[in-house]
Amino acid sequence: MSQPELLAIRDLSVSFPAESGRTTVVRDLSLTVSPGETVALVGESGSGKSVTSLAVTRLLDYGPGRIDTGEILYRDRAGTVRDLVRADAETMRRLRGPEIAMVFQQPMSSLNPVMRIGEQIAEAIVQHRDLGWSEAEAEALQLLERVRIPDARRQLKRYPFEISGGMRQRVMIAIALASRPRLLIADEPTTALDVTVQAQVLRLLRELRDDLGTGLLFITHDMGVVAELADRVAVMRGGDRLEEGSVAQIFAAPVHPYTRSLLAAVPVLGSLADTPLPAPFTIAPEEAVPQDTVVAGAPTLELRELVTRFDVRNAFGMLRAHVHAVEHVSFDIHPGETLALVGESGCGKSTLGRSIVRLETPRSGQIVFEGQDVLGPEAETNRALRRGIQYVFQDPYSALDPRLTVGFSVAEPIRTHALRQGAAVTQRVGELLELVGLPPHFAARYPHELSGGQCQRVGIARALASEPRLIIADEAVAALDVSIRAQIVNLLMSLQRRLGLSCLFISHDMAVVERVSHRVAVMYLGQIVEIGPRQAVLSSPQHAYTRRLLAAVPIPDPARRRRELAIDDSEVPSPLRAPDDIPTVAPLVEVGPGHFVARHPVGGLY
Amino acid sequence: MTAPTIRSPAGEFWRRLRRRHTALAAGVVVLLIILIAIFAPVLAPYDPAAADYDALLQGPSLAHLAGTDSYGRDILSRIIWGGRISLTVGLVSAFAGGLVGTTLGLLSGWIGGWVDTVLMRLCDVLFAFPGILLAIAVVALLGPGVANVVWAVAVFSVPVFARLVRGTTMSLKQAQYIQAGRTIGVSGAKLMLYHILPGALPVVIVYMSLRIGSAILVGAALSFIGLGAQPPSPEWGAMLADGRSYLGVADHLTLFPGLAIFIVVLSFNVLGDGLRDALSQRLQ
Repeated sequence: MSQPELLAIRDLSVSFPAESGRTTVVRDLSLTVSPGETVALVGESGSGKSVTSLAVTRLLDYGPGRIDTGEILYRDRAGTVRDLVRADAETMRRLRGPEIAMVFQQPMSSLNPVMRIGEQIAEAIVQHRDLGWSEAEAEALQLLERVRIPDARRQLKRYPFEISGGMRQRVMIAIALASRPRLLIADEPTTALDVTVQAQVLRLLRELRDDLGTGLLFITHDMGVVAELADRVAVMRGGDRLEEGSVAQIFAAPVHPYTRSLLAAVPVLGSLADTPLPAPFTIAPEEAVPQDTVVAGAPTLELRELVTRFDVRNAFGMLRAHVHAVEHVSFDIHPGETLALVGESGCGKSTLGRSIVRLETPRSGQIVFEGQDVLGPEAETNRALRRGIQYVFQDPYSALDPRLTVGFSVAEPIRTHALRQGAAVTQRVGELLELVGLPPHFAARYPHELSGGQCQRVGIARALASEPRLIIADEAVAALDVSIRAQIVNLLMSLQRRLGLSCLFISHDMAVVERVSHRVAVMYLGQIVEIGPRQAVLSSPQHAYTRRLLAAVPIPDPARRRRELAIDDSEVPSPLRAPDDIPTVAPLVEVGPGHFVARHPVGGLY
Repeated sequence: MTAPTIRSPAGEFWRRLRRRHTALAAGVVVLLIILIAIFAPVLAPYDPAAADYDALLQGPSLAHLAGTDSYGRDILSRIIWGGRISLTVGLVSAFAGGLVGTTLGLLSGWIGGWVDTVLMRLCDVLFAFPGILLAIAVVALLGPGVANVVWAVAVFSVPVFARLVRGTTMSLKQAQYIQAGRTIGVSGAKLMLYHILPGALPVVIVYMSLRIGSAILVGAALSFIGLGAQPPSPEWGAMLADGRSYLGVADHLTLFPGLAIFIVVLSFNVLGDGLRDALSQRLQ
């Protein structure tokens, strides 16, 4: 058998204990990674891609999983080839770090919360290289600059909770690089990050691979990221490797039907640039047609100058600062219309949605729903509002009471608002479940017995149970696999068509936003900086921030890979301000029909 | 289209409990003990207070299965009758304490603010005394007797339940499904009843089962030091106190009441564990 250049996995099978016997989660997997090469391992949840990475580092030994057969050949710096499956714990410990490094999805839980950033990096350096502490600290500074952390010297002294998620992920990469590994395993390193930060991290990984010749095993479910970064792709499903090939080959001529359906489900930004109307995803055999659902008439929801701020108090209960989550936001949503609210995490888009259903209390402003002032003093209005506006949460599991059956959860709004009585309630529950594409007998199930997509369908059925006029979908598809995401988006759109619902679609995923929305509002630091028809905003963005957001969206086409795009490394400033420091709200000016952009006083730019 | 069946939480609980055989066995033992206590007049072979001066301190025999005490009273009959007192003390005090404590804990955690502060400071005061000391104080205040022992044990159960339930309530209050309930318009009372209470119940039930056991122990202890059941009533703790003088001479005087306490407390604990498993789905 030939010797690998860096890593060769041969016929690897991994199993986990199941109720009876064991379940094989990775079956006869073979894969090679060469120095300076990026191999993407692609698949949806449960495909065995993460387990494969755990097997390579043998971190699997610390869980219930077990390697049944196969070998993992690895050539180390000295040129010795050894089989990692048979290596003892001490050998593995010495390999992890200096030879094989890992970057995980959750940068917060992988960093020690009570240690300064600089110390953590220096510790990794001292651990693996023959350097003193002060040399290690100097090296740590260099590494932070290498991963393009602005103002690196100051950041060394900070704690993980003081920096943003994107910065943490860059620190994780810096720590992984501290030992100059020859193989870097990155398990969904950008999944939890905003698109702009994702673009920064991806570029960083690419540079490091090119400069240091590190082999990169990249695990992801995001085809856009694959197209940006990978040289070769292996597609996995249910523990089997279905297909492997160069990135161009996989994208241009996928052989396996699953790969084809996976690629079809990937939303491509710009695919609806020709039509002003939203259109569902094409899921074979159905061809998607653009749909026009907006009905002329009085707006369903009118927001006027809405302000929501949070107090930040010090240990003595004194006001220290305000978080300016929502600042003077105004917009209308018409019957049958979907307004997408986009922006990066922390921009206040969720707070805005939560303010509308009064999960947060706005400071000032007006929310008028179907002609009624929602913030008015009468509690009775409040009840009607609660019925008329429903919320779909991001994490479908945590939004359902785990102790109650699906049927009870869906029946609850019906009972609360006395919409049906007696046996008609269960009848209605069945109807609602069918409406969202679930068999009625699912009413007897518990949330933990459902898949993520099914659970989100239940969340939607529950929202529909109170017969609302407006649905607020807060990142409702963000936690789902691509193919499931397409199904749920299509479901929401078909419900809009059939029931004439209005929708506030809060999302950071521009490609999905393009599919669903009639109009788009871009939020930045609590303010709307651009709002207008979807086609106008996405095709000819006027505000600098909108342009930056759009430029960062990965394009799932390796032929259109952005080589060295000017991605700026700046961070979104904090919405935290001193109590007397009220931000100025830039006025919106009309630049096209219904297309408004914030005009900032500085520089005369929008 | 057929209407779906909506399985009730109670039905589900029973479906899961059925599979836990040790817990069911403990439940059967508890039930048996309760039945024995109820039917004591029928089951007891002798009058528990009848002295027989011809048979003093006799070891177990066919006539007296558990022997006789220093007055010649049949120990088995006394244990059977004593079960009434011990079980009453345990069940009533734990339930009363649990009910009051759970209610206070729910309100405290849900309302928060000054209600929470006042209730929790009161709990702190109660916590500051060792339980048995508090019980002695209550009994000393109200006078000796079984009814007052029940009160005493109940009072010092309250803060423990209140604390437990308050903690669970506060963490569940932040859960997203509670927020989801709010957006639907479910009233505060219903949110507490359907979503928070069921979440808190497993801890309450587990703790209550332990509490019944320890309440029986404290009741016995109070009787042991003469503050609880008064002679000649056949309370297990009082029987232990009687037998103490004859340790080494007639061990059966302490052995059998001790065994009775042990079996009852153990059964309640095992049952409690089983109930907890059946109530929480995550262990499935």
